[in-house]
Amino acid sequence: MENKAESLMGHGSFWLPRSASTVSDNTDLLYNVIMWGSTLLFIAIIAVGIYFVIKYRRTSANMKAEKHVIHNTTLELSWTIIPLILVMIIFVWGYKDYLKLSIPPADSMVINVTGKKWFWQFNYPKEGKNMLNEVVVPQGRPVKLVMTSEDVIHSFYVPNFRVKKDVVPNRYSIVWFEAKDTGVFQVFCTEYCGDGHSGMMATLRVLSQSDYDKWLVESELSEDIPLDQLGKKLFETKACVTCHSVDGSAKVGPTWKGLFGHHVDLANGQSVEADENYLRESMVAPNAKVVKGFAPVMPTYAGLLKDKEIAALIEYIKTLK
Amino acid sequence: MKDNIPVIEHHVAHHFDTAEQEFSAAKLGMWLFLAQEILFFSGVFVAYVIFRYLYPDAFLEGGKHLSWQLGALNTVFLIASSFTMVMGVRSAQVNKRKASINYLIATFMFALGFMCVKAIEYSQKIEHGYLPARWFFGEGASDKLHIFFGVYFAATGLHGLHVLVGMGLIAWLIYRSIKGEFHSEYYTPLEMVGLYWHLVDLVWIFLFPLLYLVG
Amino acid sequence: MAHAPSGTNYLNATKGWKSWLFTLDHKRIGIMYLLSVCIAFGLGGIFALLLRLELLHPGQMLFTAKQYNQLFTLHGAVMVFLFIIPSIPASLGNFILPIQLGAKDVAFPRLNLASLYIYIFGASFCLYSIFSGAVDTGWTFYTPYSTATDTSVISMTLGAFILGFSSILTGLNFIVTIHKLRPKGMTWFRMPLFLWAMYATSVIQVLATPVLAITLLLLILEKTIHVGIFNPALGGDPVLFQHFFWFYSHPAVYIMILPAMGIMSELVTTFCKKNIFGYKYVAFSSIAIAIISFLVWGHHLFVSGQSEYASMLFSLLTFLVAIPSAIKVFNWLVTMYKGSISFEAPFLYFLSFMFLFSIGGFTGIFLGTLSIDVHLHDTYFVVAHFHYVMMGGTVIAFLGGLHYWWPKMFGKMYSEFWARISCLLIFIGFNAVFFTQFILGAKGMPRRYYNYLDQFQPLHAFSTYGTWVLGTGFLIMAVYLIHSLRKGAPAPDNPWGGLTLEWKTTSPPPVENFLVTPEITHDPYDYERAGL
Repeated sequence: MENKAESLMGHGSFWLPRSASTVSDNTDLLYNVIMWGSTLLFIAIIAVGIYFVIKYRRTSANMKAEKHVIHNTTLELSWTIIPLILVMIIFVWGYKDYLKLSIPPADSMVINVTGKKWFWQFNYPKEGKNMLNEVVVPQGRPVKLVMTSEDVIHSFYVPNFRVKKDVVPNRYSIVWFEAKDTGVFQVFCTEYCGDGHSGMMATLRVLSQSDYDKWLVESELSEDIPLDQLGKKLFETKACVTCHSVDGSAKVGPTWKGLFGHHVDLANGQSVEADENYLRESMVAPNAKVVKGFAPVMPTYAGLLKDKEIAALIEYIKTLK
Repeated sequence: MKDNIPVIEHHVAHHFDTAEQEFSAAKLGMWLFLAQEILFFSGVFVAYVIFRYLYPDAFLEGGKHLSWQLGALNTVFLIASSFTMVMGVRSAQVNKRKASINYLIATFMFALGFMCVKAIEYSQKIEHGYLPARWFFGEGASDKLHIFFGVYFAATGLHGLHVLVGMGLIAWLIYRSIKGEFHSEYYTPLEMVGLYWHLVDLVWIFLFPLLYLVG
Repeated sequence: MAHAPSGTNYLNATKGWKSWLFTLDHKRIGIMYLLSVCIAFGLGGIFALLLRLELLHPGQMLFTAKQYNQLFTLHGAVMVFLFIIPSIPASLGNFILPIQLGAKDVAFPRLNLASLYIYIFGASFCLYSIFSGAVDTGWTFYTPYSTATDTSVISMTLGAFILGFSSILTGLNFIVTIHKLRPKGMTWFRMPLFLWAMYATSVIQVLATPVLAITLLLLILEKTIHVGIFNPALGGDPVLFQHFFWFYSHPAVYIMILPAMGIMSELVTTFCKKNIFGYKYVAFSSIAIAIISFLVWGHHLFVSGQSEYASMLFSLLTFLVAIPSAIKVFNWLVTMYKGSISFEAPFLYFLSFMFLFSIGGFTGIFLGTLSIDVHLHDTYFVVAHFHYVMMGGTVIAFLGGLHYWWPKMFGKMYSEFWARISCLLIFIGFNAVFFTQFILGAKGMPRRYYNYLDQFQPLHAFSTYGTWVLGTGFLIMAVYLIHSLRKGAPAPDNPWGGLTLEWKTTSPPPVENFLVTPEITHDPYDYERAGL
């Protein structure tokens, strides 16, 4: 799968991707403390173990144990109390950081998120903007995502920000972050939600405040590009690619290759021609005609696609012979 | 023995040293089984608590659709049956075989009475559409009434199943008593089923007020 | 030491399939369980090899997304319910516990046989489910996905429900056996630590499994009659399911590890010819783990939407439950001090456990830390952690116990050479598969993903290659173990020089375990007094 966001493997440390939010540095510090502490303790245990097995190895068949040391209360108490103190320190530290990353600042800007099988919808309440699989935020401002699901439990995860929260139907859950740097970051769904789970990704674009203000007012459709090329862009940005291929292979949904103008066999035994009306209906009322051999799982795009966008997608499909 | 049925001597299983050890083991085993039964039912009770907290109106309304008189009658049946069960065990311990059998039969009859009342209640619910969830078509002010009835049927259904199993066990005890297997030297199965039966009674004593006496 | 009349033992005393199917002998029941769990392990392992094969490259290789989802679900369900929960208790536990205790059988032999039948009955439902549409919910069956999906959830959960009763009854049997069938002189503190571990395990089995039973039953009712307690569309709470599910499934992982820890105590004492260091600490830590294990389930719900306060409590308790495990590791380590250490296969498994379980334990610290878990939850880091403790811990210990008690159970010695090769391949293969996954997870790779970003491909490929090494190790093991049954050298009564009671009877033991009921007059690992 191609990467549209900043690489998680390519940047950051050996273990972690680049830290890009105000809170993620805290997480990383604690992570490294635990990492180093564990590694040192682990090496100590293994070293002692290796020393013992070499020094006390049985050199003759009836060699007895040298000395039967079987209790030492000081030792027992030490290796109970010292680890207890260490883990308590980690616990308190982790809890304090957790509170910071769970409780959004009062002046956070709000974006509504809806997760559904298998894409993310972002809604900017003040501006009325709706985005699919991409969310744009300003740098240096706290952003609060108010999230809900329309079907099963999903989970919103931004590795570069070290934040994650389950997205549950019939209730709202909150995640917040303040991006330190501009860039494009990966968003994953991390609660198994069915066949399209691994395809349910989004990108999080961080723009400088001025770029963000400009972006808010511009329209996606103001570009003057041919309709079919606009359709090709929308194929990706509107998440059609999650379930439909253009190369003939069947995914969750039927392929678009060779679709236009041909006859389609439906689940109810009928056969229809895939003309402009059929394609339009498939987008806004997808379960009206279900293709034979496929499950009725496509969500409706009514309200999510403007008329010009529907036209663009139809034009693009026409080019896929 | 006063009657002509011979007493069947009990042989201690080969891996036990004494009869006391065998009896003691059976008792511990049964108590452990009861402990896990309590944890099993606790799931239903937790569900009840949570949904009553979330939807108090539905539970109040649902409770009104249950006949507390029938519920009370059932409670009397089960408490009486626990008494007759104890007497059944006690009678065997003092070699009163006929009395033991009669008490066991009484226990069985009380349990049967309980199940008959349950059948009446269930059929009344079915008639008015107060069925579990999917088949629910009853009328009600609260739109969460189906959850109350889901919990009601799950709880009383599971309990009813345990009553039926108990009835089967009691019938088996009656059969073995008639054959002469139980006497002062050996009454372990009677005592064990008795313990099980008391638990079944206890669960109902919690269910009755929670379901029938709401509000 | 008394000897059985030449050649008569529990294996050959009676013949024919009926003598096995209707046996009341805990040893034969243990062997039948052993065969069953090994088959289950093989099945679960095949699912794992297939799913990792799919993950060699991004995009579709051999399976569709739905088939992949079924593969990882079945891998988990088969491994958890059919293999690992019964693995040590029902097979090795059944065989060894009465003998180590000095008893002639478990308290309720007929119940023991019933437990086996129930296991097979439950397993049949699970197998039916696999072949009738399988399941694609993940082994955790989270709602509302599990209530909505059309795969064979009901038969699989019914199977798990039934298997639960097998587990409960086995635990019940063991508790009563340990309380009531101890011979003269076998006080609590003279019991081998394997028995303490089995006792603690059994307590969890009896108290936690019924909660799984009711959870699965409620899920089945939700799917069939739409009760409405988990489904949000009907007014229910999907997170409630998670609480119910993990209330059992967290203690369940201690059902998995405690018997393994018990085996560790046996191996280290025998192969170092030393009494255990800190007997009472090891014994009581088993009990402490059993108790605290019931209080930490919410650490699976840190990002599910539970309150910060609840998360805080669960994190605190999670750290507490780590301490008794650490105490055991230190005690085992120091037991080796000034011992006489021998490196036969069982002890190689002990050393593997120390290495792998320690890593599993330390990575648990990461996950118990609230802020860190937010980043790592539902990533490959979690997958790596639980495989290190469940496979690097329990399976390794199971293999150690299997190789330790194999001569006792079958009266045959296996090839020590091939056993060491196999152990090495398993150790190397395991680390290759799963250490890689810590890195993948920390870098943000989510779990249960059919497809993945190209940048993760090298690590995924490496992990897949590891499965082939791991699989080869197990294949070799199957060959030499089965070979030993026919062609292995006859085993002496006490090949390893152990001091616990099972080594005082013949290999294999007679039907009644002991020709003379032993009287116990000293501690279980008293090498010093025995002059050995």
